[in-house]
Parts: sequence; structure tokens; C-alpha cells
Amino acid sequence: MSDLESFALNCREWFEENCPAEMRDADAAGTGNYCWGGRNWVFESDAQKTWLERMIAKGWTVPTWPKAYGGAGLSREQAIVLKKEMKRINALSPLESFGIWMLGPALLKFGTEEQKLEHLPPIARGEIRWCQGYSEPSAGSDLASLATKCEDKGDHFIVNGQKVWTSYADQSDWIFCLVRTDNTGKKHHGISFVLFDMASKGVEARPIKLISGRSPFCETFFEDVRVEKHNLVGTRDKGWDVAKYLLTHEREMISGLGGADQRPLHEIAAGSLGLEDNKLADPMLRAKISELEIDDWAFGMTIARKLAEAKAGASLGADSSMLKYYGTELNKRKHELIMDASGHEGLEWESERSSDGAAARGWLRTKGNSIEGGTSEIQLNIISKHILKLPGA
Amino acid sequence: MGLVLNEDEVMLVETAQGFFADKAPSSALRKLRDERSEGGFDHALWQEMADMGFAGVVIDEAHGGVDMGFVAAGLIAEQMGRNLSASPFLSTAILAATALREAGTDEQKENWLTKIAGGQVVVSLALDEGAKHNPQGTATRAEKSGNGFVLNGAKAMVVDGHVADALIVAARTSGEPGEPQGISLFIVDPKSKGVEIERTIMVDSRNAARIGLGDVQVSGDALLGTLGGGMETLSAVLNAGRAVVSAELLGAGDQAFSSTVDYIRERKQFGKIIGEFQALQHRSAHLYSELEIARSAVLASLTALDAKDSKAALYCAMTKAKLGSVAKLASQEGVQMHGGVGMTDEYDIGLYMKRIRVLQELLGDAHYHMNQSAKASGY
Repeated sequence: MSDLESFALNCREWFEENCPAEMRDADAAGTGNYCWGGRNWVFESDAQKTWLERMIAKGWTVPTWPKAYGGAGLSREQAIVLKKEMKRINALSPLESFGIWMLGPALLKFGTEEQKLEHLPPIARGEIRWCQGYSEPSAGSDLASLATKCEDKGDHFIVNGQKVWTSYADQSDWIFCLVRTDNTGKKHHGISFVLFDMASKGVEARPIKLISGRSPFCETFFEDVRVEKHNLVGTRDKGWDVAKYLLTHEREMISGLGGADQRPLHEIAAGSLGLEDNKLADPMLRAKISELEIDDWAFGMTIARKLAEAKAGASLGADSSMLKYYGTELNKRKHELIMDASGHEGLEWESERSSDGAAARGWLRTKGNSIEGGTSEIQLNIISKHILKLPGA
Repeated sequence: MGLVLNEDEVMLVETAQGFFADKAPSSALRKLRDERSEGGFDHALWQEMADMGFAGVVIDEAHGGVDMGFVAAGLIAEQMGRNLSASPFLSTAILAATALREAGTDEQKENWLTKIAGGQVVVSLALDEGAKHNPQGTATRAEKSGNGFVLNGAKAMVVDGHVADALIVAARTSGEPGEPQGISLFIVDPKSKGVEIERTIMVDSRNAARIGLGDVQVSGDALLGTLGGGMETLSAVLNAGRAVVSAELLGAGDQAFSSTVDYIRERKQFGKIIGEFQALQHRSAHLYSELEIARSAVLASLTALDAKDSKAALYCAMTKAKLGSVAKLASQEGVQMHGGVGMTDEYDIGLYMKRIRVLQELLGDAHYHMNQSAKASGY
């Protein structure tokens, strides 16, 4: 037996023994039942708490991070095996976290040893919940034109300005934030990447109500917020490098949102349309569903291929834009088809029967996928410039 | 999962790339076309492909092959697609070789596989009959007659059928058109009495044949595989063919795309390089994405074939559907972005459009395979 095979066997046995039965329903989870951690987190069940604690003890909330920072120091191959074994028993991810997906990789690359030791272990243990302060009212697609002011006051910084589309800012403990430390040069210069506590004086987060009726995002205001100097990540004025690196991770994360965990589209459609002669009753819709499922499969293979091609821990670079573009457009198409297949039932907004309009709200939420983290058009610009080397892109 | 090429495979890609670019580039296809070559391909090239091991890529070593499997076959086909290289690789080295390997008796293998690997023969699969790919629709009949059979019917789109040394003919020994059971395969000598062959020169300057079978007598040992069980052999053959044709589509589509990107990086209008226009950039970036997705599908299918994965048939169907659509888009966008010169015979982009049109039709187009994948998934 190869090392990897015996590792798989160990994982399998451990999961069998340690994953609580209630945490083995990843398919049905939807958006519920996920643990986001943080200072104010209230566990939804004992099983959720036990599952998180056990995974933390193994270092498996962040399997590829070094042990010193709360991880298990696994190779990429081992981490893939681990994920497969979790999927085998349909285990829920123990912890959802922007700290894990976005800040962690950036700190591992750009952070000082002190910063890593201070911030990574609490992320791994789900103790601190992070949010991302990137977009501003006048800096959306043109992110580098951001204007939140960060002044040097000798032994500390003072931050003033406004962020928008800050995911879960109202429930987060800390923020990683892009601020302007210099506005005399080109717009990409003079941006810095800082960290601060959302409980600091002068921070206010106001939820934004979306077309889905939900409020996963906030407007976040900063008025004379004090930021310690040791919370500057990377080089001052060169925060754009950190931002870009982190964005590639964000894009990889969003591109995977379609999620192979969902019920296949054709099953959802068969449930509402019915089958005639073992075929979906609407032949036109059936063709579109087949086309979508083929693309979905091939896209899944592409994520697997790109991850396998990249060296362990390496970023996918501009290809993350391709994955983000394709994955989010695919997810939008999928939800349009779910709505088509669901017909009148999918239109219900408030009822127990419809799980409070889950289909409709889910459909509306996907419209943001191709806007957040850089619009589809921005991703196409990046592909044109960095991969196709087209002039003037 | 073998989605990343290993060292041997990377080396094979380099070898095949150099070989086809050097020996069989698009100019070679033009020459075959303009000189109205009788065979439609260069026999010397086919011999060299055999010497390289390409002709025996899926044939076992005992029969003179190199037995490198379908991933290797796909990598070779991709380079052929990229260069528009004409050869009987698909008909003989993939479709016929797989049929013989799957279902052949020792004697049939000895007779044919060794010669295929050696580049000495062309063997064509005579399956389709109507305008569209439809294996179950096979209506050609084979009636028992003494120790042998008598074949009657008509075949179309028999790739390389005009120069074949042998035909593998699908015919009904029982059942009705539309039924999967009752189809049998026969190895037929094209020089037999009653075989009428019409060479059909296709839009891509490659060749197929329409074949009439009028009371063609074959002996009992012409049967390839079991009586009435031809569909089982055919599924293995068609899976392999679909994955390899998809690989060729990937090569052709990718080359159509990259030559188009090269073109819009140079062409000037309004005092600007047209590649500066976002209207072209976004379409190019979209196409890049589609081709990346398509590449994963091709690799996944070829890998599944080699691994004898139970989902291989579904993967091959999905891949053929995806590649048919993506390569077509690449050629259509290619001609459009080339503008006026894209309509001229002088530029290669039109040759790619024609070849892709044929490849996407072969062994089932995107619509056929969308239907098949849905059926296979239970809807």
C-alpha cells in the first residue's frame, strides 16, 4: 500500500469514528448548518461544536497549513485525499471562513512571523471571524481607485472612509482592509493592506438588503479608527500586490460555489416536470439541462486539473480569472434552469413548502456571483491581458 | 486522476507536435487537395506514422503495436487536428484496431492487427447509413447462407472507405432497425462481388465512401465477435472513436483559436491594432475559457478509457458533445475575427472550419450526445 493509500485509510477510519451523524448531510445543508465561528458564534447543535473541536485538534480545518499555525502540514495530494474521504461520508465542512480562504493564504505569503503566529492559529480554530474591506462606493470594478484614507500618526495609523459589499461585516471580529497611504502617484501605488479589530472605536457596519431579501453584505464606515503599525501586512504603499494575490484566492473560492455537492439539476427538474418514457417531460428544457450538466462536469474536471497542475500551495495566477468567470456564469445558468424547471413552485417567496423561497432566493443570490470578486467583464479583461497578451488590455 | 500529463506523455506531445508540423502541415493537405490525390492521404506519411508507433498506439506488443493506450492516442490525434494532417489514423488505428482487439479471434488479430500496426493496410468501419449517426438504426441485413452470410444494404460516411483493404461492416442478423440487439460485425473484402464503392470527397478535402452491398457473400469466419452481439463491440469502438475525435477537435479548435489571436495582435484598423478592441478581447477570452474546459473533458475521457472506468461511455459522450460545440465556436469566431481574409482560400482558418464541421458530425454531433448523456443519466 502506498503512503497515500494508507493515509486515506487512516482518514476513513477517523471520520467514521469522529464525524457526528448530524454532520453527514452536506447534500441537504444548503446554506444552513454551516459553522462560521468567531467571538459571537452560537453553535447550532452539540454535533456542530464537537465536529469543529475534533477537526481543530487534527489540524484539519486548514490541512495544508504548517502545524505551527494550526494546520496539519499536509501535502496538496494528502489534502485532496482528505477532502475525498470527507465527501465519501457526505461530511460537512467543519468551518466556513474568509480567514481560511482568503486572508490565510495572503498572510502565509506576505505576513511576518509575528503576524502569522498572532492571526493564523485563531483562524484555524474558528475563534476570530474575518471580513474583507475591498470595494468602495466609487471603487468597484476599478478597485485600485480606492480612497479610504490611512494617515501615519507616528506610532499608529488613523483610518477614515467607507467600504461597501463587506461580507458579514456585522458579524465579523476583524477586517483585512485596503487603504490609501499615498495618493501622489499612480493609483496602484500607495495602497496598503492593514488589519484591525471591528470592535475598534469608529467602526460601524450597516447591512444592505439585497434582491434576495437577505443581507450577507454591509456598508462599513470608518471614522478616525486607530490601527496599530504592526498590523500592516507587506510593504507600505505596495498593498496592491497583496490584494491581487488574495483576489486570486477569492476567485478560486467563488468559482467553486456552484458546488458539486448540490443535487443534480436533472433530479430537481424530474421532481417538478416528471418523466415520460424515462425522459424529462419538456424536451427543450431537457436539452438545455443536458448541455448544462455536461459543462458542469467538464468544469469540475478543469478545477481538478488546474489544482493538480499548480505546485502545492501555488496560486493559479490569471487562470483563477478563467475559473471565476466560467464557474459563476455556469452557476447563473444553472439557477436560471432550476427556476425554469420549478415553474410556479419556484416563485413562492414565503412559505414552509418552499423553505421560505429557497429556490427564488438562491437564484437571485447567484446574480452577484459574476459581480463580486471582480465582474465577469473584469475577468475577461485579465485573461485578455495576462494570458492572451492582447494589446491595450 | 490522470488530468496532468506525465513525463512520457509530455515527450510524446513534443514528438508528435514536431512530426506533424514537419511532415503533414496544412500545406500538405492543400497539396493532396489540389493534386486530387487518389488516396486522399500520403502513403509514405502513413508508413512513417507506423514506424513511429502511432499506427499501433492501441495495439498490443504481441501484434506489433506499442500499446500506449488512449491518452497517448488522443495526444497524437490532437496534433493531427492542430496541423490538419490527413491519414487513416482514425479509421484504421483507432476504430478498426479497437474492434479487432475487442472482438477478434486469434486468427483475425494475427491477420489484421499486425498489418495495421505496420502501416500496411487501411481498414474502415462501415457503420452509418443515413444522414445522421445512428448505430442502432442499422438496417443492412446479413442472412445466413450455407456456412457464411449474404449481406445487403447501403453504408455512408465510411471514412477512408474508398481505399480500404478491408471493411468492418455492421449488419443485422436479427431484430429491426432501432433495436440494439441483433447487429453483427463482418470483415468484408471490398473487392468482393456485389460491393460498390463511391468515393465521396468531403468539404474538408478528406475522403469517405458510400458503399453498396448487393448480395455480398462472406464466409462464416468473416464474423467479428459474437452473432447479434455487435453492439457491445461497437460501444467500445465508438467510445474510443469519440474520445479520439474529440482530441482531434481540441487540436483543430485550439489552433484555429491561437492563429486568430495571432492575427488580431497584428491587424490594424482605425490606426489601432484590432486586438485592442474589447469587443474582440472578451470573445477571445471567452473562447480561451471554453477551450480550457474542453481540454479537461478530453483528458478525463481518455483517462477513463484507459482505466476502464464504468463511466467512460458517459464521459466520452459528454466530451464529444462539448468538443463539437467548442471547436465549432472557435472556427466560427476565427473566420469572423479574420474578417475578409477569413473568407479566402489562402488563409488556413477556413480549412479549420471545414475540418471541424466534419469532425463534429463524425460518430455523433453535439445534439446526439446531449441526448445520449441525458439518457445515460436517467432523464
